[in-house]
Amino acid sequence: MWLKKLFFILFIRPLVLLVTGIHIKGREHLPLDGSAILVANHNSHLDTLVIMSLFPLKTLKKVRPIGAYDYFFKNSIMRWISTHLIDVIALRRKVSKDDGHPFEAIYSAIDDGDILLLFPEGSRGEPEEIQPFKTGIAHIAQKYPNTPIIPLYIHGAGKVLPKGEALFVPFIIDVNIGEAILYDGSEKEVYTENLYQRIVALEKEVKNRE
Amino acid sequence: MDIVIEFFLTKSGIVLALILVLLLMSTLAIYLRWSTPELKQRIISWWYIIILFILGIMLNSTVAMIFFALLSYLALKEYFTLIPTRRTDRRIIFYAYLSIVAQYFFAGIGWYEMFIIWIPVYLFLLLPFRQIFIGETKGFLENTARVQWGLMMFVFSISHLAYMLTLPALEAGGSSGREFVLYVVLLTALNDILQYIWGKSLGKHKIIPKVSPNKTVEGFLGAFVTIIFLAWVFSFLTPFLWYEALLAGVIISGGGFVGDIVISMVKRDIGVKDTGNLLRGHGGILDRIDSLVYTAPLFFHYLFYLYY
Repeated sequence: MWLKKLFFILFIRPLVLLVTGIHIKGREHLPLDGSAILVANHNSHLDTLVIMSLFPLKTLKKVRPIGAYDYFFKNSIMRWISTHLIDVIALRRKVSKDDGHPFEAIYSAIDDGDILLLFPEGSRGEPEEIQPFKTGIAHIAQKYPNTPIIPLYIHGAGKVLPKGEALFVPFIIDVNIGEAILYDGSEKEVYTENLYQRIVALEKEVKNRE
Repeated sequence: MDIVIEFFLTKSGIVLALILVLLLMSTLAIYLRWSTPELKQRIISWWYIIILFILGIMLNSTVAMIFFALLSYLALKEYFTLIPTRRTDRRIIFYAYLSIVAQYFFAGIGWYEMFIIWIPVYLFLLLPFRQIFIGETKGFLENTARVQWGLMMFVFSISHLAYMLTLPALEAGGSSGREFVLYVVLLTALNDILQYIWGKSLGKHKIIPKVSPNKTVEGFLGAFVTIIFLAWVFSFLTPFLWYEALLAGVIISGGGFVGDIVISMVKRDIGVKDTGNLLRGHGGILDRIDSLVYTAPLFFHYLFYLYY
């Protein structure tokens, strides 16, 4: 875990705070203790790192993003980075029967009191477009109705480092964190749609800033 | 420590020491008697600005180049974040950031010819050249122009302060670059403040209602006259004769006013009020240096024409 801490102190925090810069709104909604699930829109690899860098160092070790197994563990270098520097929870997008329940790792992390970071769009979309959410988050919420789910909108990381680009170009990144919501007992599709609308509302707050 | 003590014995040091005393008095005043949270925030921010100004610009010229380059970088980044950009513009925006390093290098070594054409000539030609390889024709003109405009305002204009800093004294013990920078920055800041104070107390007639509803004729004229007077008062920081100092006041007060309005126009065009929240109660970097975008090059070329 000290490698992860070092990686953020020496590399990610200077990069995010000094080179790009963040405007943050709703910082008081950031969970400082687990278990909790942060749900955010996704445009760039930077999203994960920016959101993780918002946490105080002593909380950082608990913060774990959920990432696709086929991408984050595709080779030994990625596997090493994902495991030691970021501490990704692997999620298999293609399920086979031998692997057990695909959410098993997620459930045990929640049981351990971790703070999870989930991108329900499933993958990085085009900048400034939020794709429909997958309903996986509703399954988790149903199983853990007392774990707060915190909607977060992030904008600008997709300009700094869009999907498929290697050139890092600094722009200020906006982050808007909403109030925590608990599972309200509604249908999975309805719950997911509500969550989607919450993040769209956070987006509007950022874009209409006067 | 020695360098700090030595500095406060120079002309610039004495002026800044006086400002620090004034700031200390106003800090005491707001804590003892009346204050609004906004005013408190502003006073605290002024402490940061003045201390940064002394440490960043006044003490060491290499540090000053890095400081100015950082200032340009932060302003340019705010600007690029606000303007609409296409994905293909990321390439030229990257070059725009890189050009800052060269510009302040040229300023730092005092290579005037390169400093003065690097952005208006070379970057002006280079950015479209890079765009032809990307080949995205839609929006080419608007976007390339926006990037070039940002470079002119926040790198080229602001870097005049950096070049000014390298100007030598005309006679032994006379004023040099450091004094000139202090002179133009101080008067520009005072012009902003005085416009606000005159406007608050006497302001009735809006001067440019479409762009800046808070600016009044009374505020502008009050500041204009006061700054001309102050330009003469502080002319011991410059080689100016009395009438040259008065004209410097005209240039700084008028230029500062225009710079402020021009940045307001940019913000109105994009649809934002404050450009950032780096300094509380002060908006973003762009809101702080808007007047300098005009006063720095105008004052520099006035001084340069007369004495160098």
